[in-house]
Amino acid sequence: MEHLLLTFLLSPFLGAVILFFVPYRAGRLIRWVALLSALPPLGVSLWLLKGYDLGQGGFQFVHSYAVLPSMGLNLVLGVDGISVALLFLTAFIYLTAIFTSWTIDRREKEFFLFMALLVTGVFGVFISLDLFLFFLFYELAVLPMYLLIGIWGSTKEIPGKGPFAWTYEQIRVGVKEYGAMKLTLYLLVGSAFILVALFRVYVESGASLGHATFNFLQLQNASFDPSVARLLFLLFYVGFGVLAGIWPLHTWSPDGHAAAPAAGSMMHAGVLMKLGAYGVLRVGFGLFPGAAHELAWIVGTIAAINILYGALAAGWQRDIKYLIAYSSVSHMGIVMLGMATLTEPGIAGSVFQMVSHGIMTGLLFTIVNLVYHKSHTRDMTEMGGFAHRMPILATFFALAGFTSLGLPGLSGFVAEFLVFLGAWTSAHPWWLIPGVLGAFITAIYVLRAMRWIFLGPENPRYPDLPDARGTEVLSMVILGAILILLGLYPRLLLDAIHTGVVEFLAHLGGA
Amino acid sequence: MTLPHLLQVAFALISIGLFGLLARRHVIAVLLSIELMFNGVNLAILSVAWAYGGEPRGAVLVLFGIAITVAEVAVGLALFLLARRVRGTVVLDDLSTLSG
Amino acid sequence: MMQWALLAIGAPFTAFALIGAFPWIRRTGKGAAGLSIAAISLSLVSALFLLTRYLQHPEPQTLSYVFAPFSTVSPITFGILVDGLAVAMLVVVTVVAWVVQVYSLGYMSEESPSSLGRYYAYHSLFVTSMIGLVLSHNLLQTYVFWELVGACSYLLIGFWFYKPEAARAALKAFWVTRLGDVGFAIGVVLLWAAAGTFTFEGLFSAVEHGTLGGQLLTLGVLGLFVGAMGKSAQFPLHIWLPDAMEGPTPVSALIHAATMVAAGVFLMIRIHPLLAATPEVAFWVLQIGAFTAFLAATMALVERDVKRILAFSTISQLGYMMAAAGAGAHVAAFFHLFTHAFFKALLFLAAGSLIHAMHTNDIFRMGNLWKHMRWTGLYFLVGGLALSGVPPTAGFFSKDEILVGVWQTGEPLAIFFLFATVFLTAFYMFRAFFVVFFGDREAEGHPHESPGVMVGPMGILAILALVAGFFGHGLEGLLSHTLGVSEAAGETAHVPGSLPWIGSLLGLAGIALAYLGYQARTLDTRAVYTRFHPVATVLERRYFVDDLFLALYRYVYNLLSDFLGWFDRYVVDGVVNFLTWGTWQVARAVRTVQSGQVQDTLYAVVLGFLFLAYLAMRF
Repeated sequence: MEHLLLTFLLSPFLGAVILFFVPYRAGRLIRWVALLSALPPLGVSLWLLKGYDLGQGGFQFVHSYAVLPSMGLNLVLGVDGISVALLFLTAFIYLTAIFTSWTIDRREKEFFLFMALLVTGVFGVFISLDLFLFFLFYELAVLPMYLLIGIWGSTKEIPGKGPFAWTYEQIRVGVKEYGAMKLTLYLLVGSAFILVALFRVYVESGASLGHATFNFLQLQNASFDPSVARLLFLLFYVGFGVLAGIWPLHTWSPDGHAAAPAAGSMMHAGVLMKLGAYGVLRVGFGLFPGAAHELAWIVGTIAAINILYGALAAGWQRDIKYLIAYSSVSHMGIVMLGMATLTEPGIAGSVFQMVSHGIMTGLLFTIVNLVYHKSHTRDMTEMGGFAHRMPILATFFALAGFTSLGLPGLSGFVAEFLVFLGAWTSAHPWWLIPGVLGAFITAIYVLRAMRWIFLGPENPRYPDLPDARGTEVLSMVILGAILILLGLYPRLLLDAIHTGVVEFLAHLGGA
Repeated sequence: MTLPHLLQVAFALISIGLFGLLARRHVIAVLLSIELMFNGVNLAILSVAWAYGGEPRGAVLVLFGIAITVAEVAVGLALFLLARRVRGTVVLDDLSTLSG
Repeated sequence: MMQWALLAIGAPFTAFALIGAFPWIRRTGKGAAGLSIAAISLSLVSALFLLTRYLQHPEPQTLSYVFAPFSTVSPITFGILVDGLAVAMLVVVTVVAWVVQVYSLGYMSEESPSSLGRYYAYHSLFVTSMIGLVLSHNLLQTYVFWELVGACSYLLIGFWFYKPEAARAALKAFWVTRLGDVGFAIGVVLLWAAAGTFTFEGLFSAVEHGTLGGQLLTLGVLGLFVGAMGKSAQFPLHIWLPDAMEGPTPVSALIHAATMVAAGVFLMIRIHPLLAATPEVAFWVLQIGAFTAFLAATMALVERDVKRILAFSTISQLGYMMAAAGAGAHVAAFFHLFTHAFFKALLFLAAGSLIHAMHTNDIFRMGNLWKHMRWTGLYFLVGGLALSGVPPTAGFFSKDEILVGVWQTGEPLAIFFLFATVFLTAFYMFRAFFVVFFGDREAEGHPHESPGVMVGPMGILAILALVAGFFGHGLEGLLSHTLGVSEAAGETAHVPGSLPWIGSLLGLAGIALAYLGYQARTLDTRAVYTRFHPVATVLERRYFVDDLFLALYRYVYNLLSDFLGWFDRYVVDGVVNFLTWGTWQVARAVRTVQSGQVQDTLYAVVLGFLFLAYLAMRF
């Protein structure tokens, strides 16, 4: 039982290794290997919902594997309530991403191999309690995305306008290589911040604890000089925040998501952006409670900007992929706002929103990519009446759209409302206003997109629009069912999250 | 004959080789110059080993180095042949694909 | 008792889940319809059962379970509250829903099976949500189902999604009600923060003990009222309801006349202790309600679309209820909600019968239908009389109680509005009646009476519209536990005894005027119209409120979002691209150092080596 968590690392990693030796032509085998590598983590993550002892709380299944003991480097694994929820999310997104990419027709072997590596990294981040390996997994999760976008992505060049118009054509904004490179460079800049901060933490911990360590559990007891703590908190906030899409460092996200293939966007918006938020929460807020209290106003204010700015900017988009990407920017604002409230409902809502938004964006990107592949256009104003030919896609788009605008009965509502409650009871009650307004503006652009794409008379321009089928439907059904299930019975995850948040707040100290 | 004498000879060999490496334009000549430098280095290593009481590890190192160099030269010559076949020349001035 | 409440909400939910989850059930069409109707029948039975049980043992009961666990604050619970108000509303909802679902079998008979299945799935979801709203025991849960009925309304207005007007109307309805819900959400959060609970019980006791009060309470209740304004179509958020008539007519009858739009009023009645503690808000509830009643009635005067006439009249009647709730006459407000649900649903279904026969909504393209559609005409007449408050129909009693209640507040403006509206209501209602059923114009096509499956259910509503007024006392008894003893009872002395007669005389005068103008033709309506052309234009443009919202959407939201989208793409991202470009330029300049000549590189190596050697010797 103590080695249980290794499943999360070994299963996808072994999948990747096996895929390496599978011949190119064996398309069916490749897919089944990928699928099989997704099942053990799924099983364990579901088991954890019951197996994680709520009464006891804290980090459980903790086990340390020596890597470089002389330098204090160990692979320390363990989960608390917050990680349990995020493992659940990742396992499902990985499974459905495989289903969604079942019909991929180019270089399947490498595709599934990179996906498996990426997921290994994501799982690694959520279960590592050693900051160095945490960082290692973090990088492992970020880098395969470059290849996924660069090789399997789609291109749509954007003509230049505005004050920097001349640069657009020269660097070819909108091509898939642009999206891939932009995303990778942004995230690496973030990583640079994290790495610097990480080494400083290591050094500082030596002074405070007597021995330098990367072990999160020990670091929690370390005390940092307030000014150093502030600096480190900001470094971690910016470093991880880039991946969470904080304003104004978010522009990699629309371009990256627009260029990425369906499964790429699903993994990225669904899971990877959560790594950023999780990093800020776990490392930033978790290690520097004092600085967190002092600087939460920055996090929350930028999050408030994210919510409104993302929602409003989404209204301008006519490209469906950009629309969903901007809505992600807006929704990640809710995640960041929730944690900045430093209240129990707020942080619980933040974590719940990570899961809810992950599932929801996964669903949205699946739909949007299917619509794109079948109609060969991304411009919503050229669409219309698709519901006649694509009733399944229309239904699921409505479901995901309603989740994103926070309709009760679906998971988004639970998350958003908890964040609202947290916002008003936090030190900055005015945060409630952007939150509520953001939900309203989301209703405007999501339902308008629904009308543009699916409603209206049958469109003669697209005589051949096959609906989703086979594994595509399967993946949408799984994701949609989770949205409804979490909306009707949030305690499925909220019990675990609650335990985690209570511990977390106890460590964070009173506001 | 003392260590300084031997080292002076080695230095001379290296210098001549360096001159050839920088000045000659034909790849074969450049390769020969590199060999010359290599021999200078080998001589220096052997001399130092001899001066320190016939240390055998010096000879081992040199022998090992010579073996590697043979392999290198073989690869290098193969590359030149390939370059000649593809580009039609082995004069360094004409080979500037790496220009930025 | 609780299991009956659970059955009432569980049955339609099961029907929805089955139809939604299994496409083959949906594709049977009639099968899905049967399932849905069976479910609502179960709900109806359990509602009636609850009613009898509650009349025997009038004690409120609650049932709750934890929805979200918390430690530092009290956990969020969801639950069921069965009290007089809930039971009475439950009966209204299930009766009208049952009638409408049966009626739809006939009205929607031309739909394809899978489309019919979808229709009934939405209906079942709506009924589930509406019952959930009615039985809710806390504010958050009310908000949950409140939003859900809004979503069902969106889905059902846009049911014929291929009609662009329907798609647009659905959007408009959702957006406008959602705007109100911004207020609702803020109100819920504020009240929770102040009282530490969502439950009505907890909130009321907090107000009673003075722990909840002051500005926070006022703001919170105001927020709730803004939500109610959106849902119950009060000025200026009334603009969505006339457009919502693009949906199928049975939907209009159920959602946009009898049940969902009344949810705002229901909420105001439900939170009456909070409203009583905030007289400022109550004052505005009264004023806005009265103003809306009058405004909507005037707009109905010039409308040609039979469904929109009814929509305006719904807005107007909701204004009455709102005003009553604001005036503190909660029993009267609920009584009117109760009777209005029956007679307005009846009117809508009759209108649906007309549309089904004539394939047009324009009253001036119908005419002389009395001889062809005797039953429909009779039902329309009954509904019209009830709406006009002619004794002894249901509307007479309930409207009278509202007039009495508002009279006691002594607010001259509100009193004037409400009395004037009685006259206007009767006039526009009978304008439509005379034009449609007795107009000299012969109807086009082949008008025919609707099938029995439509006419039959309407009969139930017609009977209720005639006799529901006599349930007044029973209702008062039923609500006494929830709403306290009717305050009005002791004070009737201040009200002139002639008040009911004034009300019904005004109604009869309106009918008479309509008769003169559209039947006897002693009054030239066309001349009046041309004479007051500017006024008529203002009315036809609906006081430009729609245009105002359209302008807000176009020139505030769209411009802002266009600016931000552009700013993000070309300025925020432009800076990034500029940096990229700049890096490239620098690289382009620097890379000329790389000549590609091996020996140039070697020179650099040698020089570098020499430099390092120099450094090594120097230090």
